[in-house]
Amino acid sequence: MGEFKVHRVRFFDYMPSGIRALAFNQDTERMAVARMDGSVEVFHCSDRFFQEKIIPGREQCGIEGLSWVGERLFSAGLNGGITEYDLTNQKVKYTIDAYGGPIWTITGNQQGTHLAVGCEDGTVKLFEVNEDQIQFERNLDRQKSRIISLSWHPSGSKIAAGMMDMIQVFNVETGHSIHRMLADRGAGTSRSKECVVWSVVYLSDGTIITGDSVGMVKLWDDQTGTLIKSHNVTKCDVLALSVSQNEDSLVAGTSEGIVVQFQFVSMVLEKDDKEWVRTRTFRNHTHDIRAVAEITTAVVSGGMDAQLVVRPLLDKIEVRSAASALRKIHFPHRRLVSCARKSGLMLFQYPGHLELWRLGESEGKGTPGSSLFVKRNPEKLLQLKVKGEDHIRCSAVSPCGGWIVYSTASTLRLYRLHCDNNNISITKISKLPKVLSSANQLCFSSDSSHLFSASAQSSVHIASLSQSGCKFVGTLKPKSGSHQAIHLLAASEDGKWLASANSDHEVHIYNLQTQKAHCTVPVYSSAVTAMGIHPATNCLFMMHADQQMFEYSIEQKQYTDWSRTVQRKGLHRFWVERDTPCLNVMFNPQNPSHVILHDMYMLCIIDQSLPLPDDKTQFYNQLTLKSLTEEQRKSQSHAFKVCKTFKDILCVELMPDQSLVVVERPLEDIATQLPAPIKQKKFAT
Amino acid sequence: MVEESDVRVVRFGGSKINFRPPIISTDSRYPFVLCTSGDSVKVYSTRTEEWLHSLQGHTNQVTGIALNPANHLQVYSCSADGTVKLWDFIDGILIKTFIIGYPLFAIYVSEKHEGIVFLHIGFQLVAVHLPKSAEQEVEAKELSAVSSHISPNPSCTAFGREGQYIAFARNLQLNVYFFRKQKTYSFSLKATDKKGAKNAFTCIACHPTDDCIATGHEDGKIRLWRNFIHKKEYTYSTQHWHHNAVNTLCFTPEGTNLLSGGIESVLVQWQYGTGNRKEFLPRLGGSILHVSASSDGQLFCTSHSDNINVYFFRFFLMLSGDAVLTDLMIDPRSKALVLNGKPGHLQFYSLLRDKHLYNLDIVQQEYIYEAGLDQFEVVKAAFDIKGYWLATVEERGQKSSDLEFFLKLWSYDERTQSFVLNTTITAAHTDRIISMCFSSSEETTMLVTIAEDGQFKAWCQGVDADTQQDQNFWSCDFVGSYHNLKPTNCSFSADSSLLAVSFQEVITIWSPDTWELLTTLCQPPGVIRDLCFGRLSCSKYLISTTTRNLLCCWNLLTCALEWSTSVEVSKLQSDPLSENVAAFSYQSKHTDLFVFKPNEPRPLFTHKNVCSEKIHRAVFVPREEPLNNCDESSQWLNRSQLYFLTQNMLLHTPAHVLPPASVLCSMFVSSLLISNTGEMESSEQEMNSEKEEEDSEGEMEACDSQQELRAQGSVDEVTPKLSKAQERELKRVRKTDFSWMAGLIDSKP
Repeated sequence: MGEFKVHRVRFFDYMPSGIRALAFNQDTERMAVARMDGSVEVFHCSDRFFQEKIIPGREQCGIEGLSWVGERLFSAGLNGGITEYDLTNQKVKYTIDAYGGPIWTITGNQQGTHLAVGCEDGTVKLFEVNEDQIQFERNLDRQKSRIISLSWHPSGSKIAAGMMDMIQVFNVETGHSIHRMLADRGAGTSRSKECVVWSVVYLSDGTIITGDSVGMVKLWDDQTGTLIKSHNVTKCDVLALSVSQNEDSLVAGTSEGIVVQFQFVSMVLEKDDKEWVRTRTFRNHTHDIRAVAEITTAVVSGGMDAQLVVRPLLDKIEVRSAASALRKIHFPHRRLVSCARKSGLMLFQYPGHLELWRLGESEGKGTPGSSLFVKRNPEKLLQLKVKGEDHIRCSAVSPCGGWIVYSTASTLRLYRLHCDNNNISITKISKLPKVLSSANQLCFSSDSSHLFSASAQSSVHIASLSQSGCKFVGTLKPKSGSHQAIHLLAASEDGKWLASANSDHEVHIYNLQTQKAHCTVPVYSSAVTAMGIHPATNCLFMMHADQQMFEYSIEQKQYTDWSRTVQRKGLHRFWVERDTPCLNVMFNPQNPSHVILHDMYMLCIIDQSLPLPDDKTQFYNQLTLKSLTEEQRKSQSHAFKVCKTFKDILCVELMPDQSLVVVERPLEDIATQLPAPIKQKKFAT
Repeated sequence: MVEESDVRVVRFGGSKINFRPPIISTDSRYPFVLCTSGDSVKVYSTRTEEWLHSLQGHTNQVTGIALNPANHLQVYSCSADGTVKLWDFIDGILIKTFIIGYPLFAIYVSEKHEGIVFLHIGFQLVAVHLPKSAEQEVEAKELSAVSSHISPNPSCTAFGREGQYIAFARNLQLNVYFFRKQKTYSFSLKATDKKGAKNAFTCIACHPTDDCIATGHEDGKIRLWRNFIHKKEYTYSTQHWHHNAVNTLCFTPEGTNLLSGGIESVLVQWQYGTGNRKEFLPRLGGSILHVSASSDGQLFCTSHSDNINVYFFRFFLMLSGDAVLTDLMIDPRSKALVLNGKPGHLQFYSLLRDKHLYNLDIVQQEYIYEAGLDQFEVVKAAFDIKGYWLATVEERGQKSSDLEFFLKLWSYDERTQSFVLNTTITAAHTDRIISMCFSSSEETTMLVTIAEDGQFKAWCQGVDADTQQDQNFWSCDFVGSYHNLKPTNCSFSADSSLLAVSFQEVITIWSPDTWELLTTLCQPPGVIRDLCFGRLSCSKYLISTTTRNLLCCWNLLTCALEWSTSVEVSKLQSDPLSENVAAFSYQSKHTDLFVFKPNEPRPLFTHKNVCSEKIHRAVFVPREEPLNNCDESSQWLNRSQLYFLTQNMLLHTPAHVLPPASVLCSMFVSSLLISNTGEMESSEQEMNSEKEEEDSEGEMEACDSQQELRAQGSVDEVTPKLSKAQERELKRVRKTDFSWMAGLIDSKP
């Protein structure tokens, strides 16, 4: 496997933002996630929950609700505006004001014609969804208190609204209230506190289910407006409810971090009188659950602890596989760290600022596993705050360490970095070519002479960098295909090739000398999570969300023999069952047959010269190999060498001096920075 | 040789009644509670809380009882002897016996399956059609297996709604068998989840009207299963309150509540259908083994590990079952048997009425019901001769190294008629107290304790001048040791003029007045186990037993060995009212009893094969009225009776089909009583007939205490002046007595 000097970097204080809302689109199998910082992410549910799209947030933009209408995504927040997103280019399309004060909830009807928002001023506003925009239609009867939650009857003729202390049912046609149902306040001291109906679900059989701040899940009949049954779920609040597509299962998320499932089962077998019965309890969160969604085969929940938990429902899964395992998504599936390899600089991307650090230096030699004496401590050189309210979408530092670039939704900024000994100075390149106004992904060429900026329509702009400034060179456009935004760029070491991957799983390869599209890699069904071009052979190595790997020879425009062998023999079960995507592909110049990969939990070196493991061989065989003699080791070893020394990895980079930089962000550190959870009585404490 | 024919061992009472769940009879204002008890079923009245009668007839452990669904005044019982018996439990009449032929371990009945009982045979659940014939004894031959993987724990099997299905669990698998479809659905849990929870099933209950199965688990969880006709869409909800295994689950008859119990000794009532709303009934005394509800839901009966049955939240108490640590003692005042009771208590048990009298709280700390927790237990207790003082030792940390123990002295308070704590001595010794005894003199009471630290200490009352005059506390008077050897036993002579303390192989004799070492006696090899002084005319003798199978009798006047014999003695017990000494000898898997007087090495009485276990605890209980029995072999029982405690009533079944031995474990107090008297000169032929009689009854098979009383009564009438012919006649009468009198007594209530 080889020995590396490792820079174990733990000074990237990345803090994921809490999850505020979830919206599931049954048709496209996409899950939209809104976070506290206003960012919206789209996960592909059937592609191992890969984070396909990230729309960065803005300052002062609290999203309260998300809703799909067809394939269009809308959000509404406490700033009083309704926002539609341009998912192709991963940006906000437009925002219109609803003029009703802060908006607490937004929901679209199943027919896809209307959006309803619940406002602070007590109105339920209906918006008509048009081809290109939405248009205000009318208000339903105005109520005295704010509308916290809304749910359409599947027919679209009625709306149930959860408010303070009560639930109202509206007729959409007339706009009048049909029923007013009072929710009980808690007993004792909480009697004086209002009961907030945090969530409401309207079923097609006329049952209204509410979750409230008293900790009750209540079932109401909309014909008579009476309470059918109430379940005491928790002592705290029930914050979120979600019902499955066929309305036989309901999940409720509470502020204790518990998800409770209710199922519609017949009390006497083979008879039709069904009742909602509390069944399972899932405890995967430590903090408030702000949003739950029951999708076809799983329960997805997210909350203040910033992790997205996908809990599979085993009774709905046909074949148990890696795709149907419990997964917890902590980190974005994008790189937040870029590394100036030649000068030992690290650029960390935070939502509102960038940090530039110089790596420390050590001296002496140690045995494997020992820590070396640090001669020079790592040093924070620079903190760069973003101008404006938008958050950073992408950033990069050039390999030589002389350039820093970042882009928000509206602007792109390029800086020249001067670094002589301890004096750091930074100059903004003022005159940028017009095309470089915003980028989805940024990348420097290996000799730092060119900047590649992925922009709209899957195109890549090339700008040449020199002491004098930045000059536009040309635009690379794919011959055909989709216009989805590019999320990955990879330039070859010799400056000849550039590969781009977009969220329609297309990988285009461009010849930089001719500035023409060279070829397109055959489209695979799963998204590309990481790729790299081999410095010696100029083969493109791609990792996909379903953990498959491909090696594509750019010159011959075909998969390499090794790649074909991998596909023919199949990958080891343990490799395929890993639940986080690979985030970086690196090559060891000293040993051309080595490919270095990493995901959140491990670092892996694939030796392409060794045989591939089959399902019978021991996959994690490091310890076994150690105990064997040189001769036996040869027969036992296989291509995958996995190192699990590091945990919660954000980024791994291989430096030219054969040292590895491992950026870790321990989850315990994140947990300590979260607000205190609700105190719960634990047995024997 | 045949002397023992006139002295019989009789099971006295206090057997284990918590072996199987009790049942409450239906349709009566004051229902009866039926409990299995050894080889009989005991019937208790809920009105008087008294034991009414026993249903006797099985020849082995009764393993299950169930009310006859067709007639609520009848009860089925099954036994390891391979029979199912149908009883009229109110009158105590055996109606029918069905011979199955295999040892049975549990019985289940269902209203829907009339004329069928489900029996647990080996690992199989078998449906048995009970033939309808008028005969008393019929063989049931129509057996059909329902399932072949049944948990040995009978609470892991239950009938579902209207008897349509039967649910049974074994280890990690729940099976539901539908009778109509003849199909089994199985659901299994993972062995452990990530948090180390133990998921094994411990008990099952089915909802009476809904299709819902409640299961209890090793880790204290309760799961409610629904939709179990689907292989995949089945679902369950989990509730967790118990911190240890759930021992029992029971739905109330209407199905509105679910009752659960475990080691915590808290009865939990879960409201069905509302999730986790629950009510508690805490501090029920011992860990709950079974809960059953009456058919109207008015009464619940819990049965506890300490052999107490509680119904309707009132007690009715029985002689405690589990580990007895103290010696058997007799309270000189009440003549009650004293031994361990509830945890941390001593119980007083009336031998006359076979009834628990009261518990005396020794530890005086709240008992925490949790598995694996080391708690204070009363390990030693001793009464002084007048019953005015009680000394107790409680201990904690026997297994671990940090031993904690207290010596407590209790005085009898005439006003409250109970014992009151007088002195607590926290560090009486530096190591565990092995034994203690009170001096038997009338004037001054003195307590001697010996401990593993190599010392013996004498404790006296009121020596300390600093203490107040009106209350006399106990304090240490003398500390003695002998060559740093570890003491093994101690004993006062009858007049308290001598104290014998054995140190390993050496017996030291001390004078308690001057604390002078008078002499040492030694007869190697072997460590001294028991010591006892002779009484009355034999008070010059000291008897000792060693671990190397030696019984020695020392003459204290000559300080020499009077006689010795090689016999392995597990327990030596002297009668306080006579010269007699009883020795229990355990050899080749059975215990023999010898009774002798110290002045002669010949046993007065021997009884071979008293029982098959080692006997460590025995006591002589003075009779209320002495008998006048001239028969040499039974004379020793004139003044007092000998009681001893055994464990593990053995069942004659192949081991591989037996439920775990711990389940079958039961405890009996047996007593030696005279049931028949006969002269030594009786003819050869007669003795043979006597033997036959005994064989036919079986040595350990008991007649109940009422019979004994009657037998005693008849003993009194016998005078030795009768001629042989008269005696023979009398004997014949008495023999015939047994059968019809027994019937009379059984049908009396």
